[in-house]
Amino acid sequence: MIEETKMKLKETPKEISRRHVIMLVGAAAATAGMLPRVSLADKAATDAAIKAIGGDGAEMSGITLDLPQIAENGSTVSVGVEVDSPMTADNYVKTVYIFAEGNPNPDVCTLHFTPAGGIARAYTRIRLAKTQNVIALAEMSDGSFKRETVEVKVTIGGCGG
Amino acid sequence: MASAKPRVKVPASAAKGEIIEIKSLISHTMESGQRKDKEGKAIPRKIINKFIVTFNGKEFFSADWAPAISANPFLSFHMRAEESGTMGFTWIDDDGSKYTAEKNLKVT
Amino acid sequence: MRKNNRKIMMAGAAVAAVFSIATIAAGEPKSGYLSAEPETQAMQDDDFSNPAMLVTDYGGDLWSTADGDSGKSCEDCHGDAADSMKGVKTRYPTYYQPWGKMINLELRINECRKDNQKAKAWKYESKEMLGMASYIGYQSRGMPMAVDIGGKATPFFTKGKEFYYERRGQLDMACSHCHEDNSGNMIRANLLTEGQINGFPTYRLKWSGVGTLHRRFKGCNDQVRAIPYERGSDEYVNLELYLAWRGRGLAVETPSVRN
Repeated sequence: MIEETKMKLKETPKEISRRHVIMLVGAAAATAGMLPRVSLADKAATDAAIKAIGGDGAEMSGITLDLPQIAENGSTVSVGVEVDSPMTADNYVKTVYIFAEGNPNPDVCTLHFTPAGGIARAYTRIRLAKTQNVIALAEMSDGSFKRETVEVKVTIGGCGG
Repeated sequence: MASAKPRVKVPASAAKGEIIEIKSLISHTMESGQRKDKEGKAIPRKIINKFIVTFNGKEFFSADWAPAISANPFLSFHMRAEESGTMGFTWIDDDGSKYTAEKNLKVT
Repeated sequence: MRKNNRKIMMAGAAVAAVFSIATIAAGEPKSGYLSAEPETQAMQDDDFSNPAMLVTDYGGDLWSTADGDSGKSCEDCHGDAADSMKGVKTRYPTYYQPWGKMINLELRINECRKDNQKAKAWKYESKEMLGMASYIGYQSRGMPMAVDIGGKATPFFTKGKEFYYERRGQLDMACSHCHEDNSGNMIRANLLTEGQINGFPTYRLKWSGVGTLHRRFKGCNDQVRAIPYERGSDEYVNLELYLAWRGRGLAVETPSVRN
């Protein structure tokens, strides 16, 4: 039995064994354990934030929210937002709020547009603590709201993540 | 943390009425306030919380940032080119520091 | 270009003769860029999107700033880096006569600081070193990696190769187990790469910043629960030489963006 084990250890694994993966993952989890435990925001907190702005009755169209289905790393997730609007002096997008339901705090950023922008489109990079919904809420110059939601899966890496 | 100058891209020239894309990048750890150091002490929050863009002195775009913005913040946005002038960028840190950049645009 | 190719072929022939290596890796080497998600690739593709360019710019500032007792800047001796440093990254690590062993770009920068600028050496992972190594590496962007493993470099190449195949750590794993035998396979949600080094210093999303190749080596060694070597150690410089050779012909991507 011991001899057999020794033999096995000398073999070069053609595939990384389940044992190796479990051990590697264990090491990764130990690292993750060094991070503080934080309470995460939830849908209720996000809904409350949206309601406070007055966007709870928002129209569920008119926004393109560009996010990867699967984020390679939650530390840096590319997000693009574009709101349909002529961006004229009397009809434009005033503000776009971005929320992340599963983060410690749902606020991500608030973008203030003016008609001088010509188009209500922006790209940035955000942190997502886990797989969750990202929400864009747009406040138009006439006081109406538009809203869009996209789910992003945040992967837990092997060694890279 | 502002040892590196911000990087901003504004086209050198544009046709009147053209919508141009502007890209901005600045070096900052965007310390979220959620992390702890090796001794288990909370690392205090220190982020850039505000980004303002002006053209010929008039603000036309701004953003409020929460700790959920990634380190070394990137933001791209747009402007309709109407006249030649100077675009001004200001990033405001939690500690009150201001980082600035400027670019000229020629409208033809 | 032609000269480089010939050099590679000659080096390849020499290695085959000296070590009678069987097949190394089948096919052309693959950059880690190809394993990255499209969003990560897009960050690297545009210098105004790539956050590593902030660090590279800083290196450019240092290039023309006087330092040390000499009162000289890099530029005072080397002129425009776009000319004088073009292709330098493709040749490192290289044999360094005063030491009788290999030297990599980071260590060479410090030698120049000490000998010529009469300045203090930078810490290996300092923002100054990351800036300068990125800035010098950037001047070789797109050029093929073409390290010389012949002559006096050969014994160090052998050591680097031995390191690559040597089991280490509690997990008892060699570099080859992940990056040769299993490149292209998934390790949980990540695609295992060939571990090519053509993009270093690199901006890693995991680090939220730029880091050196030797920082990555330490991370890899940590993950198999081995005690890592020091940055700039002979072990890592020799491994760097071996990996540079495995990736010969790959375009330099410094400063790249990786997960």
